Amino acid sequence: MSRIGVFVCHCGENISATVNCQKVAETASGYEGVVHSVDYKYMCSDPGQTLIKQAIKDKNLTGVVVAACSPRMHEPTFRKACNEGGLNPFMCEMANLREHCSWVHDKGDLTTEKAIDVVRTQVEKVKRNQPLTDIKVPVTKTALVIGGGIAGIQTSLDIANCGHKVILIEKDPSIGGHMSQLSETFPTLDCSQCILTPRMVEVAQHPNITLYTYAELESLDGFIGNFTAKIRKKAKSIDEKLCTGCGLCTTKCPTKKIPSEFNEGLGFRPAVYVPFPQAVPNIPVIDRINCTYYIKGKCKVCEKVCPTKAIVFDQEDEIIEVAVGAIVVATGFGIKQPDFFPEYGYGKYPDVITGMQFERLASASGPTFGEIKRPSDGQVPKKIVFIACAGSRDEAKGIPYCSKICCMYTAKHAMLYQHKVHGGESTVFYMDIRAAGKNYEEFVRRAIEEDTVKYVRGRVSRVYEKNGKLIVKGVDTLLGAMPVEIEADMVVLATAGVANPGAEELAQKLHISYDGYKFFAESHPKLKPIETNTGGIMVAGACQSIRDIPESVSMASGAAVKVACLFSQNELTREPLIAVVNRCAAPLYSTCVGCFLCQSACPYQAIEREEIKDRSGKLIKSIAKVNPGLCQGCGTCVAFCRSRSIDIQGYTHDQVYNEVMALLNEY
Amino acid sequence: MSADTHHKTTKGLSGEVLEHTGVKVDKCYQCGKCTAGCPMASEMDLAPSYLLRMLQTGDAKLEEQVLRSFTIWVCLTCEMCYSRCPMSIDIPKMMDFLREKSMKEKKASKKAKEIIAFHKSFLSSIEKTGRLYELGLTLEYKARTMSIMQDVGVAPAMLSRGKLHILPELIKGRSAVSSIFDKTINKNKK
Repeated sequence: MSRIGVFVCHCGENISATVNCQKVAETASGYEGVVHSVDYKYMCSDPGQTLIKQAIKDKNLTGVVVAACSPRMHEPTFRKACNEGGLNPFMCEMANLREHCSWVHDKGDLTTEKAIDVVRTQVEKVKRNQPLTDIKVPVTKTALVIGGGIAGIQTSLDIANCGHKVILIEKDPSIGGHMSQLSETFPTLDCSQCILTPRMVEVAQHPNITLYTYAELESLDGFIGNFTAKIRKKAKSIDEKLCTGCGLCTTKCPTKKIPSEFNEGLGFRPAVYVPFPQAVPNIPVIDRINCTYYIKGKCKVCEKVCPTKAIVFDQEDEIIEVAVGAIVVATGFGIKQPDFFPEYGYGKYPDVITGMQFERLASASGPTFGEIKRPSDGQVPKKIVFIACAGSRDEAKGIPYCSKICCMYTAKHAMLYQHKVHGGESTVFYMDIRAAGKNYEEFVRRAIEEDTVKYVRGRVSRVYEKNGKLIVKGVDTLLGAMPVEIEADMVVLATAGVANPGAEELAQKLHISYDGYKFFAESHPKLKPIETNTGGIMVAGACQSIRDIPESVSMASGAAVKVACLFSQNELTREPLIAVVNRCAAPLYSTCVGCFLCQSACPYQAIEREEIKDRSGKLIKSIAKVNPGLCQGCGTCVAFCRSRSIDIQGYTHDQVYNEVMALLNEY
Repeated sequence: MSADTHHKTTKGLSGEVLEHTGVKVDKCYQCGKCTAGCPMASEMDLAPSYLLRMLQTGDAKLEEQVLRSFTIWVCLTCEMCYSRCPMSIDIPKMMDFLREKSMKEKKASKKAKEIIAFHKSFLSSIEKTGRLYELGLTLEYKARTMSIMQDVGVAPAMLSRGKLHILPELIKGRSAVSSIFDKTINKNKK
């Protein structure tokens, strides 16, 4: 016979302002099997929890219903209290009177009636609860880091330095990401590559890090602590073990005029190439789309010149399967190609360039060796205009958000221009200056006050060409919206940062959520900014939202701590709310008829085949069996089972059916 | 938490603009792109973005200034501002409403006298003949602006080239056109 205790919480005034808690407790005390029913101001407080523990002992309760807030909030609290009171924690259920009742309804009898109904369902459910024990699963202490930009590099190094193994995969031929393309970094103007490349080398040499470049995630199975990842290593057409990185193939390759991705199309690279001189690993790849051999079947110059015979034309993509316990996604961001901005003439006028292209012009390793020269004729621009918010904060074009980093890099660009072109004039069109960061505002002020960069508050409406000059039509809103026209030699667009083109596909492979702009979603905007909603998968850097370098690095170190925390345990505890196939005595053994519909329905490949044999080894019956390590308790198999032989522990047919009947007042 | 806190009524002229045109002036964040692209900005006494800012304040004096401004009459409704506005604010639609209100309250800018005279002459030509009658339009406009003799010199040449016709060309469905006028402009007059 059940002995149920009902505990109704006022939640201060959150519940009691609209629900008559006393009446709820009184009504519940009349239900069959309820031997104890009280209301209290704060059930989650220490005295409230003591109330529950005491009642379990005094009244010898077999089940507890706490009518309070959402189970997301306090179910662990109350289950722990019950456990301490001597009751199996899974004999405690919560009736959500706050989110499902008081917060969404006005004060009145109907609201109280609904609260009573909600409590009743849980009383009926808890009567049919079974004591359950947590499941322990082992942890694979290897982390997978996806993306080899500064965030991926930092998180890999941090995890590896904690003594755990790391597998780092990068889709490009070299790690380094966007940071390797930058000239100088704000607000200190130190050289980006100078501070980044030592870290890149450290990654390559670290004994705990396995680096796969030119590789992408193919698929992912499993769950926290026990993932299986398939990695596709794209064919480089080079034997990495034989290649010494001498670079002879890249200098002899006859196809030389391919726009370089690393230089944002401002320079050229051959078909067999290393993206940039400091690349890690320093091993070239053959770009099969542009290579003459793959197009026409003839050439093989690289093969002839290679002193170590490392060129392998028929190399195929390789799929590697690895077991990992945690994953950090650090895939970074993309840059909106400004061709959707016809009024600024990008693509039409060669001297209208993006901020990233300006980085390459200003970089000592860039196509002009750090001299600011315009792409059309190689002249040094005497007048330059920077347009901030090119795409960002533009609802009409689908990017209502602020890209956050543009204010700072535009100030940096204008500053670099003034430093490199003496006597040059630079103008920045801006709407607001968002320089919230350590030494950021001071940096912008320096650009204005010391480097005489002219800041005009207003947006540019159009850029067009007239007599070889780019005419920039803007407005100065601080002069009563006075139209301004500037004849410029070069225009730089601070183009919006967007999610990576492949972000959506990757999120689906990883089973993590993403927002409307395809940035990966964090578990909680304030308190869980690094975790995703999928256990064991963390995000770091600009793939979650546009971030600058210091923020990406801090987030990456944060993600590393989360991984190290997970790896500090030898086994993980999981709630036992998983599917089970019923078993009974011979000769039936189970009501399962072995149709295995559940096996095809299960998204986690958690259903196995169990063979029941007699003593002589003769097969009597084949039935389904759930692997408790893989089952996520989604319940799909339960819905598919024709003979009702599978149940989710804690949410059995019997429990849910009686909850519904209680709602229909069938008792 | 009360549900009422989520409803805000915009009062004043910006509220009227919202009610009659659906244009929300609060969406404007003053980037000035409308003014930067406006072909008439140099002729205006208030730049479009400036005018929006005045409406945002809700200040009665500034709203009065908007209705008495020359800007609303200079606007060509070319929609350059609207097509480039990052917040998709339909400024031309708002200008239309402001013109109507300015007329109704007899606050139209004195500088706009000729523009208004032209609008009126154009409409009366359409009302009477169902289509544009150039000579009638010209004569009425000249009469309204008391400048009959202006441009008389070019008339013979235009007549001889067939650019001007002495008599109007009438359309068949004139009653349909006049019923449009009855239901819109003339209704407001009554």
